[in-house]
Amino acid sequence: MTLPRWVLAPAALGALLVLLPLAAMIGRVDWADFWTLVSSDSSREALVLSLRTSAAATLACVVLGVPMALVLARTEFPGQTVLRSLVLLPLVLPPVVGGIALLYTFGRRGLLGGTFEALGVQIAFSTTAVVLAQTFVALPFLVLSLEGTLRSADPRHETVAATLGAGPTTVLRRVTLPLVLPGLASATILSFARALGEFGATLTFAGSLQGTTRTLPLEIYLQRETDPDAAVALSLVLVVVAVVVIALVRRPRGGAL
Amino acid sequence: MSLSITLRVEARDVELELTVPAGETVAVMGPNGAGKSTVLEVAAGVVPADPGRVVVGGRDVTTVPTHRRGVGLLAQDPLLLPHLSVLDNVAFGPRSSGAGRRRSREVARTWLERVGLADLADRRPASLSGGQAQRVAIARALAAEPEVLLLDEPIAALDVTVVPEIRHLLRDVLADRTAVVVTHDVLDALSLADRVVVVEDGRLVEAGPTTDVLARPRSAFGARVAGLNLVRGLFHDGAVQASLVVVGESSEPIPEGAAAVAVFSPAAVAVHLRAPGGSPRNTWPATVRSLEPLGDRIRVRTDLVAADVTPSAVADLALAPGVEVVLAVKATEVALHPA
Repeated sequence: MTLPRWVLAPAALGALLVLLPLAAMIGRVDWADFWTLVSSDSSREALVLSLRTSAAATLACVVLGVPMALVLARTEFPGQTVLRSLVLLPLVLPPVVGGIALLYTFGRRGLLGGTFEALGVQIAFSTTAVVLAQTFVALPFLVLSLEGTLRSADPRHETVAATLGAGPTTVLRRVTLPLVLPGLASATILSFARALGEFGATLTFAGSLQGTTRTLPLEIYLQRETDPDAAVALSLVLVVVAVVVIALVRRPRGGAL
Repeated sequence: MSLSITLRVEARDVELELTVPAGETVAVMGPNGAGKSTVLEVAAGVVPADPGRVVVGGRDVTTVPTHRRGVGLLAQDPLLLPHLSVLDNVAFGPRSSGAGRRRSREVARTWLERVGLADLADRRPASLSGGQAQRVAIARALAAEPEVLLLDEPIAALDVTVVPEIRHLLRDVLADRTAVVVTHDVLDALSLADRVVVVEDGRLVEAGPTTDVLARPRSAFGARVAGLNLVRGLFHDGAVQASLVVVGESSEPIPEGAAAVAVFSPAAVAVHLRAPGGSPRNTWPATVRSLEPLGDRIRVRTDLVAADVTPSAVADLALAPGVEVVLAVKATEVALHPA
């Protein structure tokens, strides 16, 4: 297809809108002190915490989201449309609202807070709360994207596999999931990226305790007040981490993302 | 293993009974939307029998899930799994029934050899031609060792150039198997099935040995697609030899002495009072048995085969039951098939 030339102008403008701020930020990096700035205790702790919690949240998204997508794509029950809309709500909700909702669920005086407290577990303002908040906002990304992939896959493959003697679990493992693997991979990256960037719900529900709940985005926001150079350096770290993750996951499949 | 199905699917208004004796192949024929595919879906357990029964080899599998029924399915499209190699596609069945990876691949290799594609074992399905893919699908279905094989228009989606070889392969593998083949093609029924059932509007309207149903159909559908002259015999010297010798043309090689069937339309049969001049390769003396009107023609049934002639020819020749005639058919009008 030959594109009309005028399309190039807004396309270039859009690319500029994404790339120019990144360039502007990189231009402000204090390279001489870069290593000192990003290797301070608080920065290192924030980075490690971010990677750990995002990985845990992504795992939770896959473990919970894949079954959700399967149920939404392959079954029919009354109220399914409504349920789908509700499940996708965190996608459009301001994260801070999600944080407040989580607080009133798992917080000390929340819906389930008493139950957890009786068990000796306090969730709010803990690392668990960070993972919960990230999972809450990232889950819809995985469910929405994977459900679409599942719906476009040919269900007759599954029928044939069953006639070949494969039980439902074998069909899921050897037919359904391999057929949607590229979709699952990109859905997983999406949710990891969303978890890594989570800010509002985390701050509201988990607070900002160094080493426990202060993830990299929170650390950056905090440093911006006192030490802008450190904030810029850490932002660059976050950009690099994001780029590396995408490159790593894309490579083995030859860019079928 | 025999197969017996009793089903009533109210949502589709299908209600019928079907029994396939062990080792036989039954062709299910009928117009589109008659309920042919429902029979297979119920047999495979994709659609419940609702109320009804599915019995495989004496075992009631009505409530048994698809993967434990021992029924194999071969559809119009090969439906190979794109993420597995050809070999692993065929090994899928043995793997699913608990065989180890190595053992499954051995079994798969044997079946690939059987369908003549051993050298494509490491290829991906996307790189196969349509005919090759359907061969792999056949090998895959058989490697799972199904007790009953269900075939849904297995040839319909193939390129015409590969149809004879796939039909040949299917006849080979179906020889001693219990199988149900849904088809709208008379040749499929003729070359693959021992018996034919005709389904119309969700009801079974006709059943019997293939040659009987195709030669003397009683149902409207049967009459439309069939009503053909079929002569079963042994193949010798380019002809089917039975109580009469029928010379014709074959679409695929038939071994000398093999069972074969000659097929030709009653419209291709000319009726004479004395042996005709010229060179129609087939001429047989026969006795007229009956005359029936068939549209604008008269079907003349003899002690051998049927002929369609015009009413004026009936008058000119003074045809009536008991009259001795000579029937003539050009060899080019006769199709010979292995049976």
